[in-house]
Amino acid sequence: MSKVKSLEDLKKLREEMESKLVERNNSSNLVQIKVAMATCGIASGAKDLMEFLIDELDKRNIEAVVTQTGCMGYCYAEPTIEVTLPNKAPIVFGYVNLKKGDEIIEKYIKNNELVDGIIPVNYESIEK
Amino acid sequence: MEMIKLTIDNKVVEAEKGTTVLKAARKIGIEIPTLCYFELKGMNIENKPGGCRICVVEIAGRKNLAPACATEVMEGMVVHTHNIRVLNARRTVLELMLSDHPTDCLVCAKAGNCELQSMAQQLGVREIPYQGEQSTYRKDTSPSIIRDVDKCIMCRRCEMMCNDIQTVGALSAVNRGFTSVVAPAFEMNLEKSPCTYCGQCVSVCPTGALTEVDHTRYIINALADPTKTVVVQTAPAVRVALGEEFGMEPGQIVTGKMAAALRQLGFKYVFDTDFAADLTIMEEGTELLGRLSKHLAGDTTVKLPILTSCCPGWVNFFEHNFSDMLDIPSTAKSPQQMFGAIAKSYFADKIGVDRKNMVVVSIMPCLAKKYECQRDEFKKDGNPDVDFSLSTRELAHLIKQSNIDFNTLEDEDFDHPLGESTGASVIFGATGGVIEAACRTAYEVFTGKKLDKVDFTELRGLENIRQATIDFDGLPINIGIAHGLGNARKLLEDVRAGKSKFHAIEIMACPGGCIGGGGQPYHHGDIEILKKRSEAIYQEDAGKPIRKSHENPDIIKLYEEFLGKPCGAVSHHLLHTHYFDKSEEVIIND
Amino acid sequence: MAKIKKHLLVCGGTSCNALQNEVIASNLKETIREKGLNEEVQVMMTGCFGLCEKGPIVKVLHDNTIYIGVKPEDLKEIVEEHIINGNKVTRLLLDSDPNLKVHSKKQLRIALRNCGFIDPENINEYFACDGYLALGKVLESKDPQKTIDIIKKSGLRGRGGGGFPTGLKWEITSKSQADQKYVVCNADEGDPGAFMDRSILEGDPHSVIEAMAIAGYAIGATKGLVYIRAEYPLAIERLKTAINQSREFGFLGTDIMGSGFDFDIELRYGAGAFVCGEETALIHSMEGNRGEPTFKPPFPSVSGYLGKPTNVNNVETFANIPVIINKGAEWFAAIGTEKSKGTKVFALAGKINNVGLIEVPMGITLREIIYEIGGGIKDGKKFKAVQTGGPSGGCLTEVHLDTPIDYDNLIAAGSMMGSGGMIVMDEDDCMVSIAKYYLDFTVEESCGKCTPCRIGNKRLYEILEKITLGKGTLEDLDKLKNLSHVIKDTSLCGLGQTSPNPVLSTLENFWDEYIEHVTVKKCRSNQCKALMQYIIDPEQCVGCTACARNCPVNAITGERKLAHLINQDICIKCGACMEKCKFNAISIK
Repeated sequence: MSKVKSLEDLKKLREEMESKLVERNNSSNLVQIKVAMATCGIASGAKDLMEFLIDELDKRNIEAVVTQTGCMGYCYAEPTIEVTLPNKAPIVFGYVNLKKGDEIIEKYIKNNELVDGIIPVNYESIEK
Repeated sequence: MEMIKLTIDNKVVEAEKGTTVLKAARKIGIEIPTLCYFELKGMNIENKPGGCRICVVEIAGRKNLAPACATEVMEGMVVHTHNIRVLNARRTVLELMLSDHPTDCLVCAKAGNCELQSMAQQLGVREIPYQGEQSTYRKDTSPSIIRDVDKCIMCRRCEMMCNDIQTVGALSAVNRGFTSVVAPAFEMNLEKSPCTYCGQCVSVCPTGALTEVDHTRYIINALADPTKTVVVQTAPAVRVALGEEFGMEPGQIVTGKMAAALRQLGFKYVFDTDFAADLTIMEEGTELLGRLSKHLAGDTTVKLPILTSCCPGWVNFFEHNFSDMLDIPSTAKSPQQMFGAIAKSYFADKIGVDRKNMVVVSIMPCLAKKYECQRDEFKKDGNPDVDFSLSTRELAHLIKQSNIDFNTLEDEDFDHPLGESTGASVIFGATGGVIEAACRTAYEVFTGKKLDKVDFTELRGLENIRQATIDFDGLPINIGIAHGLGNARKLLEDVRAGKSKFHAIEIMACPGGCIGGGGQPYHHGDIEILKKRSEAIYQEDAGKPIRKSHENPDIIKLYEEFLGKPCGAVSHHLLHTHYFDKSEEVIIND
Repeated sequence: MAKIKKHLLVCGGTSCNALQNEVIASNLKETIREKGLNEEVQVMMTGCFGLCEKGPIVKVLHDNTIYIGVKPEDLKEIVEEHIINGNKVTRLLLDSDPNLKVHSKKQLRIALRNCGFIDPENINEYFACDGYLALGKVLESKDPQKTIDIIKKSGLRGRGGGGFPTGLKWEITSKSQADQKYVVCNADEGDPGAFMDRSILEGDPHSVIEAMAIAGYAIGATKGLVYIRAEYPLAIERLKTAINQSREFGFLGTDIMGSGFDFDIELRYGAGAFVCGEETALIHSMEGNRGEPTFKPPFPSVSGYLGKPTNVNNVETFANIPVIINKGAEWFAAIGTEKSKGTKVFALAGKINNVGLIEVPMGITLREIIYEIGGGIKDGKKFKAVQTGGPSGGCLTEVHLDTPIDYDNLIAAGSMMGSGGMIVMDEDDCMVSIAKYYLDFTVEESCGKCTPCRIGNKRLYEILEKITLGKGTLEDLDKLKNLSHVIKDTSLCGLGQTSPNPVLSTLENFWDEYIEHVTVKKCRSNQCKALMQYIIDPEQCVGCTACARNCPVNAITGERKLAHLINQDICIKCGACMEKCKFNAISIK
């Protein structure tokens, strides 16, 4: 890996990474899932859930990218995941055990049908 | 020096920049009470953790009260040391301290000398409104020191002495919160720690948490036993400090009164450790010259510098910390042990008493001596050469118990033959004294010339580490002196690294040497007391008709009648010792 | 099967539950079905929207419309007008409520901006979020003072508790002359219930690394140290990973981004002693000494780690730095109140529905936090107090609900910001017991160095214990007050200077409860067992003996079919009898 030698280099790097993300977001059939994997999430079973999602999405032939992320703040509802379907706003689900994970794949991801346990995003983040 | 102007209790005071509110207040006669604060001025010994909070004062513009001992003066500072807020806080803090302190003052070893007790008096505390659980710990008795840390007020003075000054590292704060206390690592016994029994912790402890092991009742028993011949020896530093226990000015020489008191107590023979100090010079001086001659002759196997070995705290220290260099110290026993060895052989034979029926008591300024006389190598068939070692303080108690009005006693002399001494032996009591005494003898023996001037003033003083070069008739001899074990460590580390240029080094464990020993009357941080004791030591030396050890007539006689020659076969057997590796015996800090 | 096109979300939070949200949901489903839309419109119950005072809430997902105060009779209109005709029902819109500010969402995430958004172990995702851009800008400016000026101007204050202006701290350290200086990140999060620092390190470790390098450049330090609790293994792992990645890309190491500036970071582990969050104690602990504080001055910015000037900032403080550099001091200073700028992360806990980590702009009120973000009090109980600032803080009450939260207001109200613990209490909490709980913590965590903290807190605890055991006197209350004031006034460090706050603030705000405990020996929350009595009403008791049979200590006597009696001297107040009584004959007095 080459070192970043100047601010210009860094800006290029950022653009590259941003465009990759944009590309991913614009992709017509890619499902993006983030699993909150801070201590609280892991303690509630987020690790098993993440493995389950990766395996099952693969088995069910759904093109998806599952990544870990930090604490979303909804400690009362761990494990939490954020699902972004192609061209749709992200939706956060709470209390996601394996059964609920399966339900999310079958109902929401496959059929765009919502399931119980949606957590309304109750914060704004700074504009990037 | 930049001066700062501030106002304390409505008085304007000018103080040096960097000084504290406490010291600035003292300049204008305002004594802010302190408890954890401790200073031996000019010796780089200062304890100001700011922990006890007794010295809190109000500083205008600051939210909280500030500890005067640790707060630096600032331009325009306005300080109040006794308004209602300060007085209430100070009293409450003291009441809290008392609420976690045993109230057994009547039978406390420190009664009358306790700084906490004095503080309660000073602040007029008549009841303790805050009552509750008291912290309790296991009492720990070692050969020299008793730890009764129920009485610890966490002033941390002992910790400062043990770590910062002595670098022994036996005591530090352990546990947290209410149960925190100063103790050896893992709250082990002191005996399992690297403690050297130097007793400096005892000499600074404001309460009865750290005290010496009291042996006075054994002495009373021995004196009452008609089958025992009880012999006493008194160390040089005792005679310049004992008077303090009887209200005399520091620095009063009470040699004659002390001899009289000891005789009145019932000791059959009142002797002087000084005699044995002269003997030490004969042995140690000869050893030095032997090593030096071999060295000069090109013998690379001989080790230099030679280290003095008369201080038992120091011996413990190097056995623990420099066990790789056990062949460097002089093998000569300490004066206390030389005395015991001679008393229970030469003298016992002379008076026809079996050593088992002879009790040798030493009066020492020291607590490590208690441990030293119990060491196995100083016993013959289980019978110790020195049976008991009392501190200066214990002797004072003994005298007081026996209804002796010390101040009005007529001066008396020591008995013979083990009571005869020279000025050289007296100065063993102050830092630099042993090496000066050694120089007086070694010079004359080595050069065959008489000294014009016996005072080597360049070896005296209270600076932490001193060095001087003595001209042995064209041969420069480099002398190093350290008092306080932290200073000793510095010199020893140079030796270990091969960087030392000294031929001989004198080391005393206690700051100031034996005059500042752990068994001396409490000085409560007054450096003037130590200075006066030191002056008295040199005054006693100057007043002696004989001032060189090898001129002591009874020493000369002892060699003629009994020992033969210094470092000869009998000496080797009776007056020399060997050292042990104790580095593994303790749990080192980590 | 037709694809679902539209979603209607009905708030399923407990507050809305009390407002018949289930009726709303089922009526809504019914209406949708009536209109034949059930193939394409789905009605869902969701988690709390944080608009509890405005409930019930219905959200139309596809165009982000939120309706508040929805009643069953409004549903038809919503479906017909909005879902079918596409016209919003303006009278029910959230924005139509003049009391609600423009921000319907009360939270603003700055320090937590990337937490839950990026993969903390993938530096590329951090790059996409302006990662290391601030460091690049700072290094390119070649002007450390300019960076300090930006931080000063932003008004950022230390988020670890004290609230000291960060820029000023940097400036003092930058002006201290020394051959070596240090930047220390205080990740020794110790307040009970607070875990924002852990979350930041777990969710966005690069932001802290970047900020430390920026601080290093600003103050002239080439070494950074993170003092982190060994109990945070995941945070340590992610931080280590991030440090390695950062080194690979050259944001740590020598000649960072070709600027000639060198900086690197090491980790130091703490054993979880609360007092080690105090900066001098933290430094002693890093040096391998006993973790106890020393008197300031000298401040670490003059003489800190190994005697060198040391700048100690907390994790959350650092997490704000890159954003401030990137978006400017003015942007940051526009958020918050006059003297407290930006946002604060709180760990919301206790008797509240939505327990969790929140980040809110300074100046928000407790009411907004508790009722809008927190979803109100659990089980519809009555709010009693909220404890902020951890063991150093105090309890705030109903009268403080509308006070804008910032450093100074909290202190004026007898509490403090602290590191951001926020524990909500309801009518079932006994305030004397709460104060006792915090003192228990302080007694455990005092380092023992100074007398007032070592012994004084113990005595405070003992007096509180005495009161909860029903043995307190009015004189004890005076002692509590005097002791609290003296401990605050004379303690060596921040721990002791604040430890009596829970006592003082409860004395101030709940004096009646203390008086009840010591005079009539009553605990109104029935938490102090010693003050409770289980009583059998002889009128109600039928003598079924169920209570007597279930009493574990045989404290209940009585003949079958006759009224029973509880012997108060034997009773251990376990409550088993009351549970077993089918006739409501047993009550607590």
